[in-house]
Amino acid sequence: MKKYIAGRILFVIPIMLILSIFTFGLTYLSPSDPVTLYYQSMGTKPDKEMVERKKEELGLNDPFLVQYGHWIEKVLHGDLGESYKYKTSVWSEMGKRLPNTLILTGATVFLTILFAVPLGILCAAYQNSFLDYLLRLISFLGVSMPSFWVGTLLMYAFGVRLHLLPIMGSGDLAHLILPAATLAFWMTSLYIRRLRGSALEEMNKDYMIGGMAKGFSRASIIMKQVLPNSLLSVITMFGLSIGSLLGGATIVETIFEWQGVGKMAVDAISLKDYPIIQGYVLWMAVIYVSINLIVDLLYQFLDPRIRLGGGKS
Amino acid sequence: MSFYVKKAIRNKEFMIMLAAAVILILIPIFAPVLAPHDPIENDYANAMIPGNKEYPFGTDQIGRCILSRLIWGGRTSLLIVFLVVGIVAVIGIILGIVAGFFGGWVDMLITRFTDIVMALPAMVFVIALVSVLGPSLKNTIIAMSLVGWTEYCRVSRALVLAEKESAYVQEARLGGLNRFHIIKRNILPNVFPYLLVNITQDIGNQLLTLSGLSLLGLSSQPPTPEWGFMLSEGRKYIQAAPWLIFYPGLIIVIHVIVFNLLGDSLRDILDPRYHKQKGKGRRMKVWLKENS
Repeated sequence: MKKYIAGRILFVIPIMLILSIFTFGLTYLSPSDPVTLYYQSMGTKPDKEMVERKKEELGLNDPFLVQYGHWIEKVLHGDLGESYKYKTSVWSEMGKRLPNTLILTGATVFLTILFAVPLGILCAAYQNSFLDYLLRLISFLGVSMPSFWVGTLLMYAFGVRLHLLPIMGSGDLAHLILPAATLAFWMTSLYIRRLRGSALEEMNKDYMIGGMAKGFSRASIIMKQVLPNSLLSVITMFGLSIGSLLGGATIVETIFEWQGVGKMAVDAISLKDYPIIQGYVLWMAVIYVSINLIVDLLYQFLDPRIRLGGGKS
Repeated sequence: MSFYVKKAIRNKEFMIMLAAAVILILIPIFAPVLAPHDPIENDYANAMIPGNKEYPFGTDQIGRCILSRLIWGGRTSLLIVFLVVGIVAVIGIILGIVAGFFGGWVDMLITRFTDIVMALPAMVFVIALVSVLGPSLKNTIIAMSLVGWTEYCRVSRALVLAEKESAYVQEARLGGLNRFHIIKRNILPNVFPYLLVNITQDIGNQLLTLSGLSLLGLSSQPPTPEWGFMLSEGRKYIQAAPWLIFYPGLIIVIHVIVFNLLGDSLRDILDPRYHKQKGKGRRMKVWLKENS
């Protein structure tokens, strides 16, 4: 197990390396020249000489690896460059926006756990009942409907028609409800289905019959044995879903004008504000990679069955 | 193979979903015949009217027929989705088979690389790539293809690993058959049916990704009709004309549902729990584990 944990932590290094090369390479891939863009954002029309001088000054004529080295050094010191649009450091802009994204995703995860765990187990416990069919239908629709469509429909129903909630905006609880509900509907549906599946698998195992033969009630076996076991197998999937959640949050933030990092990145696209996009990719990936690391390590501690082996499977 | 075909014909759900999928694909192909109006023709006199006899789904902000735009939009949306799924399936399956079949350092290299790509949030990467390369359909396809192949690689590698030790492959190897020949003639035909489930269900996923990107204004450019882009445009008129977002979303949902159910029923057909055929059990077990 120690070997696995060490290996898992070391695996973060190549991920971070590829991630940083990709993030830095983004400006390399872009068809437009960052210096020209920078001057244009200042409102001046740069001539060739100015661009060349600035390029030399910024070291943009150096080889890729040298530039990458400079960049990574700056990033490690917390300097992600300066946004063309906001004229402030990307870092401080991220600092303003990141809490909003974390609130939105955090609220989504909270709602998902709140609803998916009891409903998923209920579905499995009362398999093929009316409740099971109904929840399966709803959750099937939930995973098939694009989040932006659900979002706009909710916006129309609660904002335009019923005037219950604000349509767009950011900051307080009233503005949080619709975007969080949109993301949570998708994620809860996904996890009702997954939890139901893994709980049904658990219920087919021998300990279920064994427990019943010993005289335990079905409900108590489900609560005490099936629930923890099926939650365990769902936990590993959870880390992976965070990636879709962060991507989905970007879309939902854009729809509801929720001022998170996703909205910031989408706004940056049309302005070709590449430092902002770099900051967005770097931060989203770091969050995703760390959550997956935590989930994988947590799994090692939670599941006594895999504490024995050293293999990674 | 004929065993599966017979089983498929007897499976009612599969046949219904197959028919539905075929119809959904045929609609955009016959767009010129089916669409009641020109999808890019403006009719300002009839802008933003709800559904009526002339325009069954209503018109958009500049008076274009929404039904016609949806029918024509399938050409863009479905074509891109099929293209992307085709590209990622080929890349992933080739990498997976090579990794599984050759083993050793080749396997390690490919598996590690796949692990790294999977360890990064795909949608975030696609958004970043497209926004830097410049929003266009071509760049959308490139970006979606770069991140979409990992699942195919993982699953086909696992399938090949299970297949490699089977008697007939060992025999072919002992018989001195060329490795590529074995892959082409023995392994690929045997693992492909299982991958077909992944491919079918991926169509829905990629459609959702594509529409998400279009919604952010990253893929198709006006006036080309495309479902995600229609949603994006319609969003501005949500108060006055909610049908602008209702129908494009509905079309996307229908496609996702049909292709997901098609994949589900395909899985039922291939599931060994309903039949006992020699040699399939182990492979299916791996496959079910990978897909659960």
